[in-house]
Amino acid sequence: MQWETVIGLEIHAQLATHSKIFSGASTAYGAEPNTQACLVSLGYPGVLPVLNREVVVMAARFGMAIGANVSQRSVFARKNYFYPDLPKGYQISQLELPIVEGGHIDIVLEDGTEKRINLTRAHLEEDAGKSMHENMEGQTGIDLNRAGTPLLEIVSEPELSSAKEAVAYMRRIHQLVRYIGISDGNMQEGSFRCDANVSVRPVAQAELGTRAELKNLNSFRFIEKAINLEVERQIELIEDGGKVVQETRLYDSDRDETRSMRSKEEANDYRYFPDPDLLPVVLDDEFLQAARESLPELPQAKAQRFMSEYSLKAADVELLTAARATADYFEAVTAEIDDPKMAANWVSGELSAALNRDNLEIEVSKIDAASLAGLLKRIQDNTISGKIAKDVFAAMWEEGGDADSIIDSKGLKQITDTGALETIVDQVIADNPDQVEQFRAGKEKVLGFLVGQIMKASQGKANPGQVNQILRTKLST
Amino acid sequence: MTRQRQTIAELSRLFQSGAVSSRELTEASLKRIAEHDSELNSFINVTQEEARVAADTADKLLASGKAGPLTGVPMAHKDIFCTRNITTTCGSRMLENFVSPYDATVVARLAEAGMVSVGKTNMDEFAMGSSNETSYFGAVKNPWDQERSPGGSSGGSAAAVAAGLVPMATGTDTGGSVRQPAALCGITGFKPTYGRISRFGMIAYASSLDQAGVLGLTAEDVALVMQAIAGFDARDSTCSAEPVPDYVAGLEASVSGKTIGVPKEYFEAGLDAGYAEAVHSALDVYQQMGADIREVSLPNLSLAVPAYYVVSPAEASSNLSRFDGIRFGHRAEGMTDLESLYKLTRKEGFGDEVKRRIMTGTYVLSAGYYDAYYLKAQKVRQLISNDMARCFEDVDILAGPTTPTPAFRIGEKVDDPIQMYLNDIYTVSVNLAGLPGVSIPCGLVDGLPAGLQLVGPHFAEQNVLNFAHLFQKETDWHLRVPGEGVS
Repeated sequence: MQWETVIGLEIHAQLATHSKIFSGASTAYGAEPNTQACLVSLGYPGVLPVLNREVVVMAARFGMAIGANVSQRSVFARKNYFYPDLPKGYQISQLELPIVEGGHIDIVLEDGTEKRINLTRAHLEEDAGKSMHENMEGQTGIDLNRAGTPLLEIVSEPELSSAKEAVAYMRRIHQLVRYIGISDGNMQEGSFRCDANVSVRPVAQAELGTRAELKNLNSFRFIEKAINLEVERQIELIEDGGKVVQETRLYDSDRDETRSMRSKEEANDYRYFPDPDLLPVVLDDEFLQAARESLPELPQAKAQRFMSEYSLKAADVELLTAARATADYFEAVTAEIDDPKMAANWVSGELSAALNRDNLEIEVSKIDAASLAGLLKRIQDNTISGKIAKDVFAAMWEEGGDADSIIDSKGLKQITDTGALETIVDQVIADNPDQVEQFRAGKEKVLGFLVGQIMKASQGKANPGQVNQILRTKLST
Repeated sequence: MTRQRQTIAELSRLFQSGAVSSRELTEASLKRIAEHDSELNSFINVTQEEARVAADTADKLLASGKAGPLTGVPMAHKDIFCTRNITTTCGSRMLENFVSPYDATVVARLAEAGMVSVGKTNMDEFAMGSSNETSYFGAVKNPWDQERSPGGSSGGSAAAVAAGLVPMATGTDTGGSVRQPAALCGITGFKPTYGRISRFGMIAYASSLDQAGVLGLTAEDVALVMQAIAGFDARDSTCSAEPVPDYVAGLEASVSGKTIGVPKEYFEAGLDAGYAEAVHSALDVYQQMGADIREVSLPNLSLAVPAYYVVSPAEASSNLSRFDGIRFGHRAEGMTDLESLYKLTRKEGFGDEVKRRIMTGTYVLSAGYYDAYYLKAQKVRQLISNDMARCFEDVDILAGPTTPTPAFRIGEKVDDPIQMYLNDIYTVSVNLAGLPGVSIPCGLVDGLPAGLQLVGPHFAEQNVLNFAHLFQKETDWHLRVPGEGVS
């Protein structure tokens, strides 16, 4: 039988605020356990939540960026369940009236076509703390630093039909939240993670199959693997005459399998009700207008502009607009040197390679846009060749400093003095009589060898264009 | 001091004249507590040393001429308000040894105003009760008749003020917990508009209904205290930014030509005949002052108690989830796993009434029951609110009995929750609508106090206190002292 996969994702994006969603405690990652747990984070008797305005601004920006309806009235609700890392015994979330409803994201499929994925909603909620089982001598430790961290839960419609589509969708959301500055998207630190609802059905069957929910997938690779494993498991199960049960499953990356966490029967009745400690969030037109105006150019619009304004190809633009910081960097360089093609080549070539090698984000690149532009200008004015520029780039990367001082101190300035070049050319012609003979006999290819020898003798500093010209003149006489 | 009960206003004048010091008065209060409270049980914790330090500080302020109208006056806090360095038990075993690391806004503001807290008063466990019998620390006795209940949940505060142990005590009112005990103990109990006083540091029972209040001897004293505690607090999202008027200045306004609405439903079945008579006499007093008395209707009144006992347990079931034995409060011994830690801790830590409301609340919020109970109760709440709002289109204030009967006997209703809940019939609708209300003494029925409840529109605290004050200028019911006649 032919099977079809249906996937919906619930992405949790941690919002990039300095303080928590309902208190002034810091959200900084990596502090000693419970040092960022104020009385609100601890759920102390008598303390009350006070909404951090910034999270509302961020959620509104997200809603606008995906073309969704940003609700002028949304309501926080309590989701009740007991767990040691949930200090109040309830999580403050949104249920019936979320802040963002609808919206869509376009993803590019493997064959290059676009597919529109609709979103159900996005709502604000607080994160729970962390239970720690390691080095606790058989006990469980509770770290409430993360409790109360603001999250935007982004829920898609079940419109993704493969693990690859799920990953493409997640990447788009990841790109977007970083673009609009509402999340750092750091997956290692858990700032961006997702749950996947996965089901299968025979092709052409209208009714959805029973779904399993895969919890806490925190890397693009794991999402793809976990979904594929789950799809295989479900198909195999059904083909063997079994039935998929609605349950929550955990992906174990070490054993490369998904396994059951709890069934629907064991699921909590969360007893949601509107949180009486918080007023409904009412957004007036002025607020919405300000949020709209604070939106930067979005990735797809930027890509379009790069293609038309800089005459770049779609493939080049993809990398340049993947992150806002990369695009800004590129634009800063090209503004200086007035050569989009050259700027694009260097940003997606040498620079990207160096960043990847050192595992750095472009925001903290060892060579900033102005410095790179300074280097590229030296290619443009023939001070150095493109090849030497790569060496200068490497030196700038490793040792710091600007292009000019490195060119100077290392004596890398291109030799353009005709007299000096002629001397080298003469020497090479004298040293390679056989090759000269072959060239004169009509073997054009030998010219490359001779040029190479000249460049070598000049330690790469000879201007290749001039060398070619002088060599040809001399060989033809 | 020959008189046992003195108002804040009187004490303030004594301080100004130098006739008495805060320290002397505080010692007198502590002495009366020592003499009488072993019987009354109105205090859970008497904080002598802290009180003496605060009194001495107040005396310095009084000497330097920087004192305000509340400086140096002894008082007590209901043990639901978090107090730094002093236990806050909420009347529960769960918090028997709980020490809050911070002061509630109400506590901080009254300390700032120079008041001297002598301790924390007894209360129904987590404010769930109308008789003070659900306290882990034992029932409080009514100073008028120690066989009887002082009401609840602020029963300790009411009894302490009635017995002259302190001139004022704080309370909280979720369904009548300030007004009902004030009525049963023959004192003045005021609950302002929801949102008028910060709930920060007030341990939550039902967040959408909880409101701090004041139990004192007169409306004038209430006005003085309200001036210090009312107003915006950024730590409570539901606290109003509405400006706070001068409550004392508004006390003397004439009520001539103003209209009092009397809900006819208040006088239907269930109201004690003698009590009804006391209320009618009180209305006559207003009529003599030139107020117009008019009958009004609250058609949904009979739904108030059922709606209240759905909404409040629902919120309570969630609010009390944080008491899980993990971070603070009671933790049971002998747990074998996480689930047994929760179960044993909550089984031991909570009393029956709290468990009853947690179970009720959990039930009404459960999948499949939410619409039939919680959602319907919220709709009823809106209807009751609308009824009240409609009345205020025609009248300035509503008046009626605070409770159906005077103080009942301890043990009389404790085994019959429905009977106990019906004691709240006149008070809960005021919380459901979030309105300001006061109970003032308006007579004696078989030697026991009866209360007149006055209710105003949102943020009409000034109006309510004005009506109460003028009544107290004309009558002496608020001066009656348990067993001794007029003080």
